[in-house]
Amino acid sequence: MTTEELRALAVAKSVDARGTACPGPLLEAKKAIGTINSNDVMEILSADEGTKVDIPKWCGKQGHEYLGAVEENGYFKVYMKKK
Amino acid sequence: METTNAITMERLQAELETLKAQTNQLKDSRKDQLSIAIVSGDMDKILAAMIISLAAAAMDTQVKLFFSFWALSALRDPKKKAKGKDFISKMFGIMLPNGRNKLKLSNMNMMGMGPMMIKSLMKKQNVMSLDAMFKEAADLGVEITVCEMSMNLMGFKKEEIIDYPHLRYAGATTFVADAGESSMQWFI
Repeated sequence: MTTEELRALAVAKSVDARGTACPGPLLEAKKAIGTINSNDVMEILSADEGTKVDIPKWCGKQGHEYLGAVEENGYFKVYMKKK
Repeated sequence: METTNAITMERLQAELETLKAQTNQLKDSRKDQLSIAIVSGDMDKILAAMIISLAAAAMDTQVKLFFSFWALSALRDPKKKAKGKDFISKMFGIMLPNGRNKLKLSNMNMMGMGPMMIKSLMKKQNVMSLDAMFKEAADLGVEITVCEMSMNLMGFKKEEIIDYPHLRYAGATTFVADAGESSMQWFI
């Protein structure tokens, strides 16, 4: 997906994990995933660069769909779709 | 012709059954489980063990930690006191770090300056404190097994160990059994 497409996604849940370093964003994402429905899109905001690599791995293992990441000013938005 | 066919089918079925049994056995011996024997009581090593455990638990991997020897210091509750210790146990109690917030660094400890610097850096960089990590671990169901033999050896008593929801006391056999069915077995 392109940056524009990612930004245009209808996000069901936004997780702001910018205030926590590894493995904080993953823990926040894990807590939030239980609150959304199947096929819902979730975005994770993280200032930790490792999150961009970690979230796809987590999605791969849990069967969720990793959609992509967008770089914002000083942080990242990582998009995923719940299985 | 028909009879030979029947025999082959039967054989095939038997073969399939054996294969099934074998794959099931394999599955059981490679559970999505992480077992770590934590022997070190250094702050950096306990931190590493906890961060990896949390990441694994967040990925729904069952985590089983076996705390032994120096690592027991990390499980001491500084607010708790145990009575009826003999002289050597008391000495051990005084000389070893009293709780996870009193641990030393394996490198650059510098009489306690190192841990202080690391803690302030962790705060600055938004890294969870060990206190927060133990709380998260409890929420995620990370299991802690405390080595009974080490407890006796170092003169620690159960009354002075932290309150943790998934904590039990056992021996090396328990670790070996847990590790045997885990897909990841580590030693820190």
